[in-house]
Amino acid sequence: MATQSLMRRLPPVSVMVASLVVLIMLILVIFAPLIAPMDPRDVASYSLMDMEIPPAFMEGGDPRFLLGTDNQGRDLVSVILFGLRISVVIGLGAVVFAAMLGVVLGLIAGFFGGVVDGIVMRIADIFVSFPTILVALLISGIARAQLSAETMLAWAPLVLIFSIAINEWVQYARTVRASTMVEIARDYVRAAKVIGLPSARIMGRHILPNIMSSVMVIATINLAGAILTEATLSFLGAGMPPTYPSLGTLIRIGNQFLFSGLWWIAVMPATVLVILVLAVNVIGDYLRDHFNPKLMAR
Amino acid sequence: MIRLFSVRLLQAILVMVAVTAIAFVMFRFVGDPVASMVREGATQAEKDAVRATLGLDKPVVVQFATFVGQVLTGDLGTSYRYQQPVTTLLLSRLPATLELVIVATVLALSLGIPLGVLCALKPNALLSRLTQSATLIGISMPTFVTGLLLILVFAVNLRWLPSSGRGDLVDIGVWQTGFLSLSGLKSLILPSITLALFQLTLIMRLVRSEMIDVLSSDYIRFAFARGLPRTYIYGRLALRNALMPVVTVTGLQIGQLIAFAIVTETVFQWPGMGLLFTNAVGYPDVPVLAAYLLFVGFLFVTINMIVDILYTFIDPRLRTR
Repeated sequence: MATQSLMRRLPPVSVMVASLVVLIMLILVIFAPLIAPMDPRDVASYSLMDMEIPPAFMEGGDPRFLLGTDNQGRDLVSVILFGLRISVVIGLGAVVFAAMLGVVLGLIAGFFGGVVDGIVMRIADIFVSFPTILVALLISGIARAQLSAETMLAWAPLVLIFSIAINEWVQYARTVRASTMVEIARDYVRAAKVIGLPSARIMGRHILPNIMSSVMVIATINLAGAILTEATLSFLGAGMPPTYPSLGTLIRIGNQFLFSGLWWIAVMPATVLVILVLAVNVIGDYLRDHFNPKLMAR
Repeated sequence: MIRLFSVRLLQAILVMVAVTAIAFVMFRFVGDPVASMVREGATQAEKDAVRATLGLDKPVVVQFATFVGQVLTGDLGTSYRYQQPVTTLLLSRLPATLELVIVATVLALSLGIPLGVLCALKPNALLSRLTQSATLIGISMPTFVTGLLLILVFAVNLRWLPSSGRGDLVDIGVWQTGFLSLSGLKSLILPSITLALFQLTLIMRLVRSEMIDVLSSDYIRFAFARGLPRTYIYGRLALRNALMPVVTVTGLQIGQLIAFAIVTETVFQWPGMGLLFTNAVGYPDVPVLAAYLLFVGFLFVTINMIVDILYTFIDPRLRTR
């Protein structure tokens, strides 16, 4: 009986597989410098002698290079591991930034209501009516016009995180605002107000812990989108530079060799990207259905 | 009714003013318009002269008013990169984008609606199951990866279809069309499939869930009880109501469509407005960026309003509110 009820409580196989995939990818990302056969940034570790070798499972492959090598002789496994690292870090960064912005603004809008609420939510409406990729491309163009090439190189990850988050905060703000409006009618909030606690403390210490679960669900769903947006921007040439490539940049580079028959340079990072996004999406969908049925599918 | 329209109109105008203000700030403060227009090694006096002719020495409010006036007359400045009026550039790229978007939308609607209906009526049929699982993968597949794979299979390996450009074009007045030549049509296939796929997924899922909802409603059961023919019930009575939200969502998805058109055009080097925009981001060609923002803002506002108004005509219940 015990095992049976446990079985019923376990998520479906697809979700468990997806969680395993994400877990493995996270481990790979954290320990990338230890796991990667070589350091793609260290010119001495690779040689042009090894360039354009197909994946090991194909004819002409080399067991040293499981997924083959690129046009400079770099091992694709290592390049992808480091690229995955950059993609995940930017994706997480964008989600955290968007969540912080959205939670703070949503709390304020829901808590104070009235004019404050009106202003915040109308700004949110304007942001949400423009697609993220469009806004992010615009910001990237502006940053390029304002900053020198070297500054741009150093700031690229931050510009990316900012331009993705600036559109995504709206979802958090809307949900948090709605939940806050429910919470402020509850007794514990009224009690806190009566004893004269400052508003910031009520919002941060009392309301926030009660609405955190829906924020976490949105964050998971959002992570897949953020990683995709980053990859798209980098693919379009408005993201990470080739010197610090993310998965999107790697696909962009590989795209140039598609017609020379070197398909693996683009397809291998693309496969990793799709697997990662698919896994995160599966987990996000499951969380949405189980912890917050009120959230609509996007 | 009138109140509803005027509120919508006011909102639309407000959004347009906000977008115009952002575009103005970009024109005026991002990069240095003077530096991009004078010759190399110009003296301060020459720069000042250019500054005066551009009106950049006047107060910001006056400049904004002038800017709004220029925008209203269709003057969106000169591209840094092409040294051509931005309006001319945008208009010359418009046919390419419109043809791509229209073909993709027609493709998505003509496949998405029947497949959605099929999945709703016969959920256990093989084709329904295949479509259902295909949409799951379709959602996680970024547009540029889909495009890349299509190029790899149909252009690189099979060599059936071209992977970039629009092929041979035929001039019809000011409009250059790719519809009238074989190479033009062949060039259209891969980009339009790529762009259609994401819309297709959305339309299919929507039609399916709406159809399931409608089929369980009372009037459909009465129609069956009356013994009306099945094709009439499904085709006329049910589908018509199920399609209502499709109109709204297709209209509101125009933003996403523009975003995905940018990506698709870049993957296939399709010489439309999206490619112009991505190239402008890399250059960076600020007037083109600002003009594109204005154009997209205008498009959104107009389409949102049309969808809202259309909806009140389609759905009589909304008129009384």
